[in-house]
Amino acid sequence: MQVTYIEAIRQAMEEEMARDPNVMLLGEDVGVLGGPFKASAGLQEKFGPDRVLDMPISESMIVGGGVGLAVQGMRPICEMQFIDFISCAFDQIVNTAATLRYRHGGQTACPIVVRGPSGGGVHGGLYHSQNPEAWFFHVPGLKVVAPSTAYDAKGLLKAAIRDDDPVIYFEHKFFYRRIKEEIPEDDYVVPIGQAALRREGRDLTVVAYGPPFHAAMKAARDMEKEVDIEVIDLRTLLPLDWGTIKSSVRKTGKLLVLHEARLTGGVGAEIAARVAQDCFEDLDGPVMRLAARDTHTPFAAAMEDYVLPNQDKVTEAIRKLAAY
Amino acid sequence: MTEQKDRELYYWLCLVREFESRISALDKQGKLSGGVYSGKGQEAVTVGFCHALRKDDWIFPLHRDLGAFLVKGSDPKRLMAQIFGRRDGFSKGKDSYLHGGDMGNGIFGATSMLGATLPVAAGMAFKFKARGEDSVAVAFFGEGASSRGDVHEAMNFAGVHRLPVVFVCENNFYAYSTPNNLQFAADSLAERARGYGFKGEIVNGNDLHSVLDSARKAIARARKGEGPTLVECKTYRYHGHSEHDRAEYREQEEVITWESRDPVMLWEVYLGMKKHDVEAIRTETAEKVRRVVEEAVAFAEASPPPEGPEAMDDLYAMPIDTEVP
Repeated sequence: MQVTYIEAIRQAMEEEMARDPNVMLLGEDVGVLGGPFKASAGLQEKFGPDRVLDMPISESMIVGGGVGLAVQGMRPICEMQFIDFISCAFDQIVNTAATLRYRHGGQTACPIVVRGPSGGGVHGGLYHSQNPEAWFFHVPGLKVVAPSTAYDAKGLLKAAIRDDDPVIYFEHKFFYRRIKEEIPEDDYVVPIGQAALRREGRDLTVVAYGPPFHAAMKAARDMEKEVDIEVIDLRTLLPLDWGTIKSSVRKTGKLLVLHEARLTGGVGAEIAARVAQDCFEDLDGPVMRLAARDTHTPFAAAMEDYVLPNQDKVTEAIRKLAAY
Repeated sequence: MTEQKDRELYYWLCLVREFESRISALDKQGKLSGGVYSGKGQEAVTVGFCHALRKDDWIFPLHRDLGAFLVKGSDPKRLMAQIFGRRDGFSKGKDSYLHGGDMGNGIFGATSMLGATLPVAAGMAFKFKARGEDSVAVAFFGEGASSRGDVHEAMNFAGVHRLPVVFVCENNFYAYSTPNNLQFAADSLAERARGYGFKGEIVNGNDLHSVLDSARKAIARARKGEGPTLVECKTYRYHGHSEHDRAEYREQEEVITWESRDPVMLWEVYLGMKKHDVEAIRTETAEKVRRVVEEAVAFAEASPPPEGPEAMDDLYAMPIDTEVP
């Protein structure tokens, strides 16, 4: 069936709630409204107000409450209306949830999902455009995923709901209705921790997630006479699929990492550092990164475009790396 | 109350106190590393509330509520091993003191972010309500933590859904060194409950009778689906915030005043008024709790300290191999 990225998310929640009575959704305006983007449209009608719970504007309560529910065997999906608001739940995620199993010596699991719309390119301004995945990428005990296709949006969300650890699920709002794909009718999951090799190539490797991943795919097609590009869609950021990344770099000898989040301290920094160290003998050029400029994501179109990666910037970066 | 009940409660008060005293002594002897947060003087609060609970109820103790663990059913040996940071502790050495809960006994381990357990307790209480279970969640917090947003978020949510949760504020007048008048402007914290749509009350937290009475009523209300209660227990910690804090920010006169309202002593007065043989009960109980604590210390000291690589255990349900060649 043909579904949009956001419909894939909605279906994942609906199917998991139907499959397991312990799965529930809590967030602001998720019930009657079905969420501002309609990610949970119809779910409260189907599963009732106790399983699709409209919460007060209390992100810390949403995640902390999720932990209390999880200890009782529930599988809560905690929605941040915009992922930017996750900062209000930061302590509950990094200190309560991420350490729960650890500080209890393995006595309990913490099967919560925290998800919400991330990313820019929609003139959302400072508080509706953020990509805060690096904050959580740094935290042991968490898993972090960022799907870039409708297939993965559904499969990764199902995997996250079934996972016994806290999973932060970044869904890019730019994709919500712009991505539409054929996905299977049958139940499937995309395992957490596995990157996808989307395109094989010999000359250089691009590792990416989010909108720059699609820019890389387009560049690979457009430039195929010039350079043979291998493209890896990370899908999971924590834990990273080092096996897939390194074996690709060992083959091509060149690596470009792309993401929409800012450059400094981003996920790409960790990938670049490890590859530089572990694949030193295989490299034929510097490990390169392209990411958002080190500023906030501004509202005005020209500034937002200046800050975020786009097709031209990706093509240019590939050309630069290919020249080595 | 029967004589047996009177004695039982006295036993718990004395056990908690003996445990606390022993930990302070061990700390002075250099046998413990890390912070030790004595709840000496506040025993009646945790004893009263936890004694009124069932096994399937949950508690969310704060860092000073060692007594809550004991009365709720934790094995004193494992609790002592936890404080020693040994493998037999609830955390298996991953953290000390009360950061590791004892889930089999319905005890959630707190973080150091005070008040952060209240949303967790409210979330759990939502499950009890939604599933028609009659368990109750009891969340303890200090008057210092009452200034945190988490406390507001949790109480607001609990009020909206009339959840089976009891919020127990242990107002011991100092958040580390900060006194009540620099912590909140209201006459009491209990009165905040009205703003959340439920009942709040102030209780003499040093008087076990008052605590028990309030605890039973609040827990019964929660169990019957009548919603949350905020109970502000006025009490006092004898020691500093932690053992290294000499608490010079308060007057000796104030400490003595509170020591004259000691919860253990008050219970002994009550036992005497009821014509029990206080001397005999005291001697017998002292011997009993000394033995329990002695055994706990011996167990903890014999429990192996964890090995370095165990630091990587219990991070995830399935271990993640980050060392890819």
